[in-house]
Amino acid sequence: MIVDVVGGILLAGLTLYAALGGADFGGGLWDLLAGGYQRGRAPRQLIDDTITPVWEANHVWLIFILVIFWTAFPQAFAAVMTAAALPLWLAAFGIVLRGAGFAFRKEVEALHWQRLFGATFAFSSLIVPFFMGTVIGAIASGRVPANPAHTDLAVWTGPTSLLIGALFVAVCAYLAATFLTREASRRGDHRLSRYFAQRAATAGAISGVLSLATLLEIHSANPALYHGLTHRGLPLVIVSAACGLAVIALLATGHSQGLRPLSVLGVAAIVWGWGVAQHPVLLPGTGLTLFTASAPHAILVTVVVVFVAAALLVGPSFLLLFSLHGHQLLESQNLQEKADETGAGR
Amino acid sequence: MHAMQVLAAAAGGQVVPARAQMATTLGFHIILACFGIAFPAIVLVAEYRGLRRSDDVAMLLARRWSQVLGVLVAVGAVTGTVLSFEMGLLWPGLMRTYGAVLGVPFGFEGIFFFLEAIFTGIYLYGWQRLPGWTHFWTGIPIALTGIGGAVAVMAANSWMNQPGGFTLSHGRIVAVDPWQVFFNRASLYETPHMILAAYMVVGFMVASVYAAGILKGHRDRYHRLGFGIPFTIGAILTPVQIFVGDTAARAIASEQPVKFAAIEYVTRTGRGVAEYLGGFYVNGKVYFGLRIPDADSLLVGFSPHTRVIGLNSVAPADRPPALTLIHLSFDAMVGLAFLLLLAGLWALLVWRRRRGLPRQTWFWWLGILCGPAALAAMECGWIVTEVGRQPWVVYQLMTTSQAATTNGGVIDSLTAVIVLYAVLGVATLVILRMLARRWRQGPQAEPEAGVPYGPPAERREPTGREPA
Repeated sequence: MIVDVVGGILLAGLTLYAALGGADFGGGLWDLLAGGYQRGRAPRQLIDDTITPVWEANHVWLIFILVIFWTAFPQAFAAVMTAAALPLWLAAFGIVLRGAGFAFRKEVEALHWQRLFGATFAFSSLIVPFFMGTVIGAIASGRVPANPAHTDLAVWTGPTSLLIGALFVAVCAYLAATFLTREASRRGDHRLSRYFAQRAATAGAISGVLSLATLLEIHSANPALYHGLTHRGLPLVIVSAACGLAVIALLATGHSQGLRPLSVLGVAAIVWGWGVAQHPVLLPGTGLTLFTASAPHAILVTVVVVFVAAALLVGPSFLLLFSLHGHQLLESQNLQEKADETGAGR
Repeated sequence: MHAMQVLAAAAGGQVVPARAQMATTLGFHIILACFGIAFPAIVLVAEYRGLRRSDDVAMLLARRWSQVLGVLVAVGAVTGTVLSFEMGLLWPGLMRTYGAVLGVPFGFEGIFFFLEAIFTGIYLYGWQRLPGWTHFWTGIPIALTGIGGAVAVMAANSWMNQPGGFTLSHGRIVAVDPWQVFFNRASLYETPHMILAAYMVVGFMVASVYAAGILKGHRDRYHRLGFGIPFTIGAILTPVQIFVGDTAARAIASEQPVKFAAIEYVTRTGRGVAEYLGGFYVNGKVYFGLRIPDADSLLVGFSPHTRVIGLNSVAPADRPPALTLIHLSFDAMVGLAFLLLLAGLWALLVWRRRRGLPRQTWFWWLGILCGPAALAAMECGWIVTEVGRQPWVVYQLMTTSQAATTNGGVIDSLTAVIVLYAVLGVATLVILRMLARRWRQGPQAEPEAGVPYGPPAERREPTGREPA
């Protein structure tokens, strides 16, 4: 069925946003926790270097998800946007502050301005994934009605929402720390690599605990989803757990090769596990499923066409961006100018 | 705040604050969108000149402009995201019924936005390590996808003005023809109108900055080129834009006659309709306007006998509100376009006479004015098309109140948006001024600290083994 394909496209978008955008958010979290001016400057430098040329492109996955969601499942989209309006507003404002703070920090020179914009970027990197998580929690726990007239605090402040909100923050931190561990070791900075390895292990452990807690909470909040996760979706849940354990084992033994693919696979398995476990239900607790709430056939075909075109055009472009970035051919010209100037001054 | 809430309740729930919020966020984002659409091409013109003629001044301009572009694209990316959220948060009624249709153009826009963001990342940060012409070519996709994205977004907006290409049954879309949605009738004139506007806004805005420098006495080649490249682009496109705008107005007269009647103060349907320049509209009468008999009929059909449809053709509830705002915005847009045309002609005449830029102080004052004038004209155009479309969100199919959210508290998000965007706007301007000051001072300006929060990476480990 084409509608399953479209559901898969939506999950693919979520996966890519979680893996790529999530790591960028996590970078902001580690920036927040990097400490003072002297202590924090090496990790902040690496975070800044790794995020700078790619965050806008990674961010577009969010737009992509929103558009596919409203195009293919308009009623469910309107329901979520109405019932969970407040956390979505907060996430949107957080996105504005985060992007602007990050872009502005690069351009200012006075330390107090750098601190102000840096703190704006870092703090909003914390709140955006949290509020997005509460919205996913609201959907997963079946608190979004099919035709809500008003937003309601109870929709997104249930235990499932708060747990998934916290889980999103932890997973972003985990992904970012594994990426940064690998990046630091590729650059030969072993001290920084160990620094992020410790943090990756901690964030990974917290993510694991929060995942288990969420699973237990879903047992009472949405038994049907729990059943899906422990039956149809079980292989994916196991894959995710295995990836998490493998990453922690690699970190403990000081390896950095394979960290990125394993951590991404672990996160992807959870996203797809949710999708498989809930299939074909769109909004649990309502009659809205992939089949009852989808747009007309011609629109679904258009969505698939757009996705194929995106895969053909955007895929290779992303590979080009990531490979140039990976070979350190992209760098902030501002930084370079400063380096030249200080070099010339000495 | 209380008064606004009462006002909102009187006007039927959340539609007034929701419209105010959409106007605020769109009015802000559109400026950045213009830079996203048109600035890359202008930067590339400078870079091309720099590479082709080994022109260091052009190259320096291109590098500096691309740094400005980086700041504006980042702010534009996030304010654009707010608009995507607002489609659902402010207008769930619209999305519930027409989300599937609107998704067609926005889906293609997504692809363009992806490519734009990816190649912007490569172009902006590729200055150091990519070879000259390779770097230039990585910028070409940004200019092309900027235009592509504009085509897609304008397809969505023009579809709301000229909806078609779908079948509605019991309030649900049952069939869609994506081609008809994308290439609707209004997109033929709305799209070029907006793309030209973007190039004019950016061209004249950038030129303004250097006009101010020249007026201060910096008549060096850097300032002359910094003015000349963007001003030429804006000035060449101005007459094209006036032609496209005139065509659009005539198309609106036949396809959205009530909007046209609001624009031109046409109270009653008839022949020999007069044109008003300026003037206020109160209770069916125009005050203080300059009335030109038969001129409106002449403009619409090239004959004073042309029949023009008036506001009386529809019930009062189906007429747009704030007629004075619509009419004066239209007049301001047209008037400012002719001011820009005048500036371009002035420069052209001087250039033909002696292959140089004008020397008169007046010209440079006009040059400074051109940027804000182009920006104001563009914003006025949006006021005309969006307020003029009311009370419809999807023309003659869905009213804006039917589309608006039923959630309370839009006043709160509106307040938050106004505060947030005011801070964002001021911060962006301050940052750009800081950059300009730093460039003026030259390389002597030693940074207090590297980015972020510390000395540059090179000084990371104070081992005492300083390079000789």
